Amino acid sequence: MKLLVPVKRVIDYKVNIRVASDGSGVELANVKMSMNPFDEIAVEEAIRLREAGLASEIIAVSIGPAQAGETIRTALAMGADRGILVKCEGNVEPLGVAKILQKIVAAEAPGLVILGKQAIDDDCNQTGQMLAGLLGWAQGTFASKLELEDGALKLTREVDGGLQTLFLTLPAVITTDLRLNEPRYASLPNIMKAKRKPVDEKTPQDYGVDTTARLEVLETKQPEARKAGIIVENTAELVERLKNEAGVI
Amino acid sequence: MAILILGEHDNSHLNEATSRTLSAALEIGNDVDILIAGEDCAAVAGAAAKLNGVRKVLLCQSPLYAHMQAENMAALLSPLMADYETFVTAATANGKNIAPRLAALLDIQQISEITTVLARDTFERPIYAGNAIQNVRSAQEKNVITIRTTAFAPAEAGADAPVEILAVGEDTGLARFVGEELSQSDRPELSSAKIVISGGRGMGSAANFDMLERIADKLGAAVGASRAAVDAGYVSNEYQVGQTGKMVAPELYIAVGISGAIQHLAGMKESRIIVAINKDEDAPIFQIADYGLVADLFTVLPELEELL
Ligand SMILES: Cc1cc2nc3c(=O)[nH]c(=O)nc-3n(C[C@H](O)[C@H](O)[C@H](O)COP(=O)(O)OP(=O)(O)OC[C@H]3O[C@@H](n4cnc5c(N)ncnc54)[C@H](O)[C@@H]3O)c2cc1C
Ligand SMILES: Nc1ncnc2c1ncn2[C@@H]1O[C@H](COP(=O)(O)O)[C@@H](O)[C@H]1O
Repeated sequence: MKLLVPVKRVIDYKVNIRVASDGSGVELANVKMSMNPFDEIAVEEAIRLREAGLASEIIAVSIGPAQAGETIRTALAMGADRGILVKCEGNVEPLGVAKILQKIVAAEAPGLVILGKQAIDDDCNQTGQMLAGLLGWAQGTFASKLELEDGALKLTREVDGGLQTLFLTLPAVITTDLRLNEPRYASLPNIMKAKRKPVDEKTPQDYGVDTTARLEVLETKQPEARKAGIIVENTAELVERLKNEAGVI
Repeated sequence: MAILILGEHDNSHLNEATSRTLSAALEIGNDVDILIAGEDCAAVAGAAAKLNGVRKVLLCQSPLYAHMQAENMAALLSPLMADYETFVTAATANGKNIAPRLAALLDIQQISEITTVLARDTFERPIYAGNAIQNVRSAQEKNVITIRTTAFAPAEAGADAPVEILAVGEDTGLARFVGEELSQSDRPELSSAKIVISGGRGMGSAANFDMLERIADKLGAAVGASRAAVDAGYVSNEYQVGQTGKMVAPELYIAVGISGAIQHLAGMKESRIIVAINKDEDAPIFQIADYGLVADLFTVLPELEELL
């Protein structure tokens, strides 16, 4: 069984986001970029399935600018077998990404597509569910445990009240939650080896997908800052102020 | 044209998220209907019909919808959307699971977790863990929207809208429910509690969370946690507050042994009053706290319990 793992290049989660003063977006110049953390979890899960003998090949896909090739290299260094870079300038919305992925699925016929639950830049939490809808496949979102048994997939998901377990028919789309696994670091020899792994370059046109944005971003603003408060001396003062000043207890 | 809301419930109670969704929907337009799909959930439809501003409630009962799985829910919703211009649901685990699948079936780019309605086609939504706010306008004929519940007040009850029975939709047969482990608690629900007390890695162990729970019981509060506390196994996943956990905006949020990473702040910085208890005076949480107490939590928590 082949596994397809879409990986997105995003601003590193440790970077302090700065909003451009002209309202056009967030500052990207000289900012550290990384693989979306949920996608690292997806790559790790795919590698574990292959190591367990349950999968044959892992294909990492990224849709974005030429530099998204680096994100694919990271996935290859972790252990993915080959990559597909779908090059395009500007932001592609989740629906556009899902449509490109749908075409790649048609060409590669993977048994599972494993995505992150959420890209930490747009915070959309849409792409996996959209892909599953377009394909007419089962979707196992926010996965915290995955067990393949006799051609069926048993999946535990993080839901609002706790955990839910489902059986999904294969092929299926999975999106990862934080507790699914702890992604490995790529070793130096594997980083070197990754340089020789094949990466196909494509464009959205190759797949006949129109990636024109449906939503117009009118403005990107700074959120309202909270005013700094006060430091209290001790617990008694805290309780007194919460009672009499803030009136919240 | 009309607006369809997907109601959030557990087959016996309507979740408050739905009345908040209704408030958001009424800012977008009139003619708002609520769909209640589930198993033996007529009482839920009754509760939805009482919310002020609802035109009618659609009730669809079948074991197919008992756990609101996305495959069958989207199959039910997609033909219904012929009569609606906008679909709105809360950004709960169910809403996040179902809405994008529906959007894809309708060839719509979803607008996730709006916090403000600027016009019927223009919305504010946070990106980058709330470190930037986007104004987006949709040029699409129809929209699929999820709302951040903390940004909208619940609609009042008092109406008496009609309940219409809806035929059961297609069974896709794609996913089968096996079971669930839901936390049982008499405390208020985290996302809608008036007071939340959360613990982080500084709590040190699962057993130490008892200290927070005793204080929570005195205050009528819900207990939350940082990702680090959940990852360490002190509490289970549904306690996590933050960018990728639950969003909360209570009257009072007390962060205990939490450093204040941006991913945590994303989930609680809209709270009215924020209290931070941390032994490190440089912890970033103090930059957004209304009241900070630089001290060891193992000294403070017993005192707090005593004084409340
Ligand atoms: C993709 C992604 C998503 C994430 N999503 C979330 C999310 O949704 N929610 C979330 O919370 N995090 C999230 N995180 C993690 C986040 O970056 C931080 O790692 C996490 O919030 C840290 O938790 P913490 O503050 O409990 O732990 P730490 O950062 O380790 O802080 C512990 C604090 O406890 C204090 N302390 C220790 N002992 C005591 C004591 N005895 N008395 C008083 N104070 C004490 C310390 O001074 C310290 O400030 C996410 C990260 C990533 C990469
Ligand atoms: N441009 C992209 N390239 C590759 N994968 C993507 C891209 N955008 C989104 N994804 C995948 O979809 C997941 C969810 O993204 P989103 O719906 O934008 O929150 C991510 O974690 C990735 O796995």
